[in-house]
Amino acid sequence: MMEIGLNHYLVLSTILFSIGLIGVMRRKNLLMLFFATEILLNSVNIGFAAISHYYGDLTGQMFAFFVIAIAASEVAVGLGLLIVWHKRHNNIDLDNMSTMKG
Amino acid sequence: MFEAISFYLFAFLTIAMFFITVTTSQALYALTALAAGMIFISAFFFILGADFLGAVQIVVYSGAVMALYAFGMMFFDTTRDLKEKKGNSLIIYGLSIVAAVLVVIIFAAPMVTDNISALYPMVEGAGNTQEVGMVLFTKYLVPFEVAAIMLLVAMIAGIVLAGKKMDLSLTMMSDAEVKDLKEDKNKKVLS
Amino acid sequence: MELFLYTALFAPLVGSLFASIFARKKKTIIAGIVPSILLGVSLISSTILLVFVLTSGQHVQVEMMTWMETGNLYIPFGFVVDQISVTMMMVVTIVSTVVHVYAIGYMSHDKAFNRFFVWLSAFVFSMMILVMSDNFAGLFIGWEGVGLCSWALIGFWYHKESATWAANEAFIMNRIADLGMLIGIFLVFWNTGTLQYAQAFEAMQTLDHGTLTMIGIFLFIGAMGKSAQFPLHTWLADAMEGPTPVSALIHAATMVTAGVYLVVRSNELYALIPNVGLFIASLGAFVAIFAATMALVNRDIKRVIAYSTLSQLGYMFAAAGLGAYWVALFHLMAHAFFKALLFLGGGNVMHAMNDELDPFKMGGLGKTMKGTMILMTLASVALAGLFPLAGFFSKDMILEAAFVEHHFIIYGVLLFTAGLTAFYSFRIIALIFHGEDRHTALGFHPHEAYPFMIKAMIPLAILAAIAGFARPYYFDMVTLVLPDTEYHIHSAATYWIMTIGTQLFVIASIYFAYKKYMSSDIKVPDGTSEMENSFKYKLLINQYYIPHAYEEFLVKPYRALSSFFWRQIDQKIVDATVDGIAGIIYSTGENTRTMQSGNLSTMLKWMVTGLVILLSLAVAFGLAANYTNLGV
Repeated sequence: MMEIGLNHYLVLSTILFSIGLIGVMRRKNLLMLFFATEILLNSVNIGFAAISHYYGDLTGQMFAFFVIAIAASEVAVGLGLLIVWHKRHNNIDLDNMSTMKG
Repeated sequence: MFEAISFYLFAFLTIAMFFITVTTSQALYALTALAAGMIFISAFFFILGADFLGAVQIVVYSGAVMALYAFGMMFFDTTRDLKEKKGNSLIIYGLSIVAAVLVVIIFAAPMVTDNISALYPMVEGAGNTQEVGMVLFTKYLVPFEVAAIMLLVAMIAGIVLAGKKMDLSLTMMSDAEVKDLKEDKNKKVLS
Repeated sequence: MELFLYTALFAPLVGSLFASIFARKKKTIIAGIVPSILLGVSLISSTILLVFVLTSGQHVQVEMMTWMETGNLYIPFGFVVDQISVTMMMVVTIVSTVVHVYAIGYMSHDKAFNRFFVWLSAFVFSMMILVMSDNFAGLFIGWEGVGLCSWALIGFWYHKESATWAANEAFIMNRIADLGMLIGIFLVFWNTGTLQYAQAFEAMQTLDHGTLTMIGIFLFIGAMGKSAQFPLHTWLADAMEGPTPVSALIHAATMVTAGVYLVVRSNELYALIPNVGLFIASLGAFVAIFAATMALVNRDIKRVIAYSTLSQLGYMFAAAGLGAYWVALFHLMAHAFFKALLFLGGGNVMHAMNDELDPFKMGGLGKTMKGTMILMTLASVALAGLFPLAGFFSKDMILEAAFVEHHFIIYGVLLFTAGLTAFYSFRIIALIFHGEDRHTALGFHPHEAYPFMIKAMIPLAILAAIAGFARPYYFDMVTLVLPDTEYHIHSAATYWIMTIGTQLFVIASIYFAYKKYMSSDIKVPDGTSEMENSFKYKLLINQYYIPHAYEEFLVKPYRALSSFFWRQIDQKIVDATVDGIAGIIYSTGENTRTMQSGNLSTMLKWMVTGLVILLSLAVAFGLAANYTNLGV
């Protein structure tokens, strides 16, 4: 218990990931959905970094690095789209965004 | 010993912050909790000896990304609660917990843990940032450049999508037209 | 010789197919003439074959083609002309040709003239297959074919509900009996490995008694249906709904004798199981007297003649059951001639009286219908068994056989029935042709039938008269294949007493009939006379209430059962299951359609669900791989 091993970090990562999943499923507001997506990405980063540390391999950190870069650009584009939608429809409730109804 | 204390402390804090993010009904609280969570995650990176990564986390996430989200907050009336139709909590929580349990089982399997080996081992003696630089600019050069281009494209896209009057180009208009435009704008403001 | 075999067999089929060209058109006389000519051709071929078989004593056997050859089962389309089948062929073709010519006149006012000849010739073709086939399978094909054609012909006037009902009754009753026959055929194949007559009967010599008894009984059940033995007899009287030529051909001479033919053909089998033979003989005697009693009081001339057929069939089975196969076949032949003649004469009377069938409404027709009267009287004399007509030779032989075999009860019954036969035959004759004229008052204006119809009936009359004298030639020919027991009563005195006594008994019955029914105070019975209300009369006129019993105890419960099966099981269970499967598929589709709601939140939930499923699969496979590896 006192000795922190890889498993601890992986369990932590899993818990954070599941919290992210809860957010993704629960939130009906598009912006809040983006927040939950950020949580998901961050939990994965923790996992990568932990594995990298415990196996002495830098690949994990590199991956986490790129994940951060991609997350940033995703936020930029996503918010841009969100702004455009808001201008059109004046609300960002997911339940109203059902034009792809099959 | 310190490692254990800091791990558990930051773990508890992170989980709490993120939990607030996904469950609160106030938009500002969610934003704040998210920012806090980002900081605490960078703490983990420092514990793990990934200094460069931790710094990047703070700069990019809690700096740039959270600023962007703060701009996004303009679209809310932040004095009111978020009106959200409730989904079925049982399904939501149940599915997540099951997913978590399954992933832990997978990670704990000896088959997984026994078969991992290091591809790019760390170099002894150098600091983390130096190591990162060494790997980043040699073995991961191409992804690095591609990521740079991608960021450029994302930036342009963000500007185009969010900007006002993006179809007018001030530098290509003549002086007289610019004057007219200014007067129109002034007139509007005055009235 | 094979050419004549094929001609005799297929000429009726060609006639039927030719007439079928005109089937839906208006009446054209050629649709009747050509089949009749082709039947004449068949008759000539049969005669040539008869001469051949008679003089040379050989068979003509052909195998046309193979029908089935699967595993152990080999069934060809094979035909044989031996002494038995040539006798049947002659009977069938003679009577059919006469009936065809007669029918051209009888059906001349009928709209469906052409269709009649299609079915009539088709019937003859099926009957020829039946008697000429050399294996049980071909016999069965012909069996079913005559059943089908008989159904179509009984129900010829299909707009009448009584006709369609009678046709269905005949077909269904025959079908029930055919089940027994099929079981018999299966048993034959199972135990002997072949369906060819020659090989099967040879192999049967070595089978055990129980099996042979079963085969014999089941085959006889088939014969019971076709030849209308009790209890499957009710269809024959109802089959009189069909046109009279049909009754003459089918229900006098050919189809109903198919059962007798079957028993005669299987004589080698029945010789091995005399107990079954005794049962057949007893049943035959019972049917003889049973039918004769019902004919005593009936007021429908065709029905009386039908019961008379039933009665004579009983005689034939009695003879066959006692082992006197050649006698049975001989009686079959003679009976065909005079019974067909009786039916055709009855047809003339019916036509003249505008389809009226009650003899009490006729009377004194002898003045206007002389030809018919002579022919019918001749036929009735033959039927009664008076010397020197054909009936005497055949019937008397049967009585002798019964006496010689010491079956005195059967002898007594058959003797009494002979008297009854004479009585009811001449009752009809007297009521129709003699006595006072009752019909003019009721508005009938009868006239004799067309001359060519009378001329067509004359060959039958001649044969009915002289066929008896052909007995010695017949005997020599047919005992080459049938057992040649001659039934001699050893004491000449007994013989003469028997014969003369029988003749006197018969003549007395005839005289009694004439006396009773020629008196001048015969009225049309209207249900009030004391005789009509007596129990005996009611019993007989309602056919011992047997059709009523069948209706109550068989038909109604079966109909209720079928209705139950339809409503409860077919609709509620089977249909519900099929609809249920379709319904399940539909509802699955309907319910999963909500997955595509376009709502991002819902789709995210489905995504997580999919993720969970994949993770659990990964765990499951990982565990499986782990533990099977360990096992290896």
